[in-house]
Amino acid sequence: MLEIKNLHARAEDNEILKGVNLQVRPGEIHAIMGPNGSGKSTLSHIIAGREDYEVTEGEILYNGKDLLDMDIEERAAEGVFLAFQYPVEIAGVSNKYFLRTAMNSVRKYHDEAPIKRKEFLALLKENLEKLGMDKVMMDRSVNEDFSGGEKKRNEILQMAMLQPTLAVLDETDSGLDIDALKIVADGVNALRSPERATIVVTHYQRLLDYIVPDHVHVLAGGKIVRSGDKSLAFELEEKGYGFLQEEAVAT
Amino acid sequence: MIATEIETYQDQHAAFQTGSSPDWLVALRQRGLDAFTRLGLPTRKLEDWRFTNVSSLTKTAYDAGTNGLTAGDTASSEAIAEASDLLQQASLDEDYHRLVFINGRYNEKLSQIHDVNSGVVIDTLANALSNRPGEVQQQLESELDFNDSAFAALNTAFVGDGAIIDVPEGVTLDRPVHLVFLSTGSGRTLSNPRNLIRIGKGGKANVIESFMGHGDSYFTNAITQVTLADSAELDHHKLQHEQVGALHISTTGVDQKASSRFRSHYFSFGASIARNELDCLLDGENIETTLNGLYMPTGDQLMDCRTRIDHAMPHCNSYELYKGILDDKAKGVFNGKIFVREDAQKTDAKQSNQALLLSDDAVVNTKPQLEIYADDVRCTHGATIGELEEDALYYLRARGVPADLARQILIFAFANDVVQGVELPAVRRHLESVLLDGHDLSEDIL
Amino acid sequence: MTSENAMLEEFAQREYEHGFVTEIESDAIEPGLSEDVVRLISSKKNEPEWLLEWRLKAYRHWLTMEEPEWHNVKYPKIDHQASVYYSAPKKKPKLNSLDEVDPILLETYEKLGIPLHEQKVLANVAVDAVFDSVSIATTYRETLEKHGVIFLPFSEAVQEYPELVKKYLGSVIPTSDNYYAALNSAVFSDGSFCFIPKGVRCPMELSTYFRINAENTGQFERTLIVAEEGAYVSYLEGCTAPKRDEHQLHAAVVELVALDDAEIKYSTVQNWYPGDSEGKGGIYNFVTKRGACRGENSKISWTQVETGSAITWKYPSVILQGDNSVGEFYSVAVTANHQQADTGTKMIHIGKNTKSTIISKGISAGVGQNSYRGEVKMMKGATNGRNFSQCDSLLIGDRCGAHTFPYIEVRNTTAKVEHEASTSKVGEDQIYYLRQRGLSTEDAVNMIVNGFCKEVYDVLPMEFALEARKLLNVSLEGSVG
Repeated sequence: MLEIKNLHARAEDNEILKGVNLQVRPGEIHAIMGPNGSGKSTLSHIIAGREDYEVTEGEILYNGKDLLDMDIEERAAEGVFLAFQYPVEIAGVSNKYFLRTAMNSVRKYHDEAPIKRKEFLALLKENLEKLGMDKVMMDRSVNEDFSGGEKKRNEILQMAMLQPTLAVLDETDSGLDIDALKIVADGVNALRSPERATIVVTHYQRLLDYIVPDHVHVLAGGKIVRSGDKSLAFELEEKGYGFLQEEAVAT
Repeated sequence: MIATEIETYQDQHAAFQTGSSPDWLVALRQRGLDAFTRLGLPTRKLEDWRFTNVSSLTKTAYDAGTNGLTAGDTASSEAIAEASDLLQQASLDEDYHRLVFINGRYNEKLSQIHDVNSGVVIDTLANALSNRPGEVQQQLESELDFNDSAFAALNTAFVGDGAIIDVPEGVTLDRPVHLVFLSTGSGRTLSNPRNLIRIGKGGKANVIESFMGHGDSYFTNAITQVTLADSAELDHHKLQHEQVGALHISTTGVDQKASSRFRSHYFSFGASIARNELDCLLDGENIETTLNGLYMPTGDQLMDCRTRIDHAMPHCNSYELYKGILDDKAKGVFNGKIFVREDAQKTDAKQSNQALLLSDDAVVNTKPQLEIYADDVRCTHGATIGELEEDALYYLRARGVPADLARQILIFAFANDVVQGVELPAVRRHLESVLLDGHDLSEDIL
Repeated sequence: MTSENAMLEEFAQREYEHGFVTEIESDAIEPGLSEDVVRLISSKKNEPEWLLEWRLKAYRHWLTMEEPEWHNVKYPKIDHQASVYYSAPKKKPKLNSLDEVDPILLETYEKLGIPLHEQKVLANVAVDAVFDSVSIATTYRETLEKHGVIFLPFSEAVQEYPELVKKYLGSVIPTSDNYYAALNSAVFSDGSFCFIPKGVRCPMELSTYFRINAENTGQFERTLIVAEEGAYVSYLEGCTAPKRDEHQLHAAVVELVALDDAEIKYSTVQNWYPGDSEGKGGIYNFVTKRGACRGENSKISWTQVETGSAITWKYPSVILQGDNSVGEFYSVAVTANHQQADTGTKMIHIGKNTKSTIISKGISAGVGQNSYRGEVKMMKGATNGRNFSQCDSLLIGDRCGAHTFPYIEVRNTTAKVEHEASTSKVGEDQIYYLRQRGLSTEDAVNMIVNGFCKEVYDVLPMEFALEARKLLNVSLEGSVG
């Protein structure tokens, strides 16, 4: 589904990614772990299409298509979803309107008719309940005055509504207490299916207790320095990232 | 050029003064004319008019309509037909009191004043001047300083009609009062409405002023004088929808006493040149003043918002938010000053001005000023001019919303922020529909 | 409350430590201004004809101009005919050898903390010492020459490098620019000239120390700094004057030119005599400073600490012409007693991707009036231009004033301008907290004030930052207790 080949990228004058390779097949959950500043967030945003980064080498294929050639919204419409580490606040735009506009934009892209109001509201209600969110929040401005936990839940709500093919969760666990973490994980797991894939970007192993990955990769110094199964996450928890960084330098 | 034009106004004034008016009024008008003659029309050499050039529109004199002031019935049937047409667009809510002025004169036929509580006065200035001039003399004479404002002086020279709203102590006006100022015909009509609003101790009211017109070369020069007694409250709305081509100058002077609350909501869409002056004197403790404004010039329009908040006494708060969206070759000016006098300790003043430029040919000039003479105060101002927030645009696009639509949503949200400060539902709905007009946005955004 | 008031009262008082007078015989011309005076100054300096013509043109234009009144400072009209326009120590200094400089002068500078003797000179700072109307000494000249850096008194530069002077003089600030700039152009006496050739990073800080000594004398110096492609220079300016009862006019002009990839960092610690606590005497400091970022990727940075002068009127500005050029303005302005300041900057964005930053810290005490006046313009071609401005005011005492007058004009949709301003006072709870931790009230206020100014100190060269800190503390000394 997703094939990242020798990806090099920079922001302004800093080279951040220095040859990342990654292959994600349908149905899989991949975890990308790594120390701060290793390029995890950069990789997430490059998949989503943020224009602040410049890809200098390599390619990303998504369902066989050149992902880097697509606009941000085209990628979203093709099923790429990024749960932001820092969800953006948009004053004056209600959550409800935002969600419906997003859904209808994606539908329009696929030449589908807009979702009916009733259908939309029913779907919204169902998902709000699952995530334990108050429907009052839907009339408030997007992420404005939301607590950290509310923002993260709001990201998962959007994911549940948009039903992406490839979901990238960028540090979704940061700032969440254990109850919120479980709810978020349930939301992600509910979406699990043979056609979909998820990339979980995280600093800590904790989230992986709830979202069990098929593969774990360690990103350090702009490269994937180690890949393995979920036991790698435990190893990291025990030893820290230090030893891998040394390996990265050595290679 | 200017001399001949001033002479024209002098001639018109001479004709105007022949009516039967009390001596003090004749004298007041004369002082207005003298001040206007002395000041001349403002040029860009004046700091206050540095960015706004009215000379192109004022090159030839306007017609102040000096043939008597018996008002409404003098309007021709064509004018009334035109006015009814405009009134439909201006209309907000049939439940509101409505006073309609055609070319500066009250028109009874189009107006609608419901029954009011005892003591409340909703009337016209023309009526008051002929029947009980003593009641308006003081406010007309004392509370407006026209000595350094040519347009206020001009209005004073021709003062004669407008609205009077008097809310006595302890009374809450049951319905909002909608003042509608319509300009008709295709001539260079000048109207000089003067509105007097007085809210007694603890009284409350909502007033809306709408401006519209048909011709493309008229001039509205309106003044509203507001006096708020202790603990009085007023929400004042101004909806400026003048025809492109028109010159719109309007001044609102507010005199606030202790614990009073004044909220101004200014929305500017029309006219070729629109200048709104808002002067608030906070002359008592624990006053709250809120000034919100939105100006959206397109084409060649120029919109100039000039505000003054004068903190004269301690423990007062003022909040000011002005937003501009400029397209095409439009020009926008925000000129906001906050004074904090020596005695005004514990003042809390916040001012914010934001502008979005949608075209490289548009220009915005911002001059947010603080003049502070007291030390124990909290005063901040902020001005941001630039593009839409990139992060917000990215976020919307990452959820699949195409860039164009995302931009429209954000522009709408930027403007809607000011609209949502309006509490009257009919006014808010009216403004929302103006914002949505011409966009692909669905009404669900509201 | 009373103790705080007393403290703030005293805070407003202060001592000026550079107020002594040097007893030296001067060669001064008669007071008054006319074409003849302009010719006399020019001939005393043995100037070429073109420069005399340039001065005369400026003078004639000045006659047609009116003294500006738009600023927020008040002072009685200056009688320009009462002032002396040229005054020099009689013993003509031989500029190539410091040994021949009048020892009284050397002593003066030593007293001011600026030793000029070769043995004692400030490490790594080349100093041009200007006394009244002339430069008396310039240190480190040879070292600089080795690197190709020209650092000379202005009058010598006119003789030695006439072509360079002619090329750049008035190219940033035309003679007709404003009232005081025109006056300066007509009668300027001396100043410094710096030229950093292509690719040279100036090996040391360059500095000019201005001293007004003579009575009734106006000082009109002129500074011109040119950094060629890829050059870098950091320049420091300091100034003091004796205590005198009359006001004296100081109307300087500073022009900076930065070509491609060049960087000029200009720092000022202005400590002219501010007048006494009654507002008697003090310097009128009416200065025009402007830099042109002519080249791509060039950078001009103004840093000023303004503690002196009865009135300060200056707006160090940057014209951001070259693409990707950067302009900066960092300012601390203190007005205590009867001092008034109307100061700020202009950032004119013309080129693409130009960036500017304005950080202004105004401190008012006593009955001081402090105004920030700034202008940010994004012209049509300033695609992706960025400006961030922050103007903070700190009020000490309840009889002073702080004012902010920013002008912003934007003509480009991709440009972004952000302006923030705030006003606050030294909080009682802050003082209480610090005193509870053992600081004296005076130290507490100093700490708060220094903290308030930190962003500006951080960009000053180190020696200067220390001096600025000291000066500010002196300014506030005795004002707390």
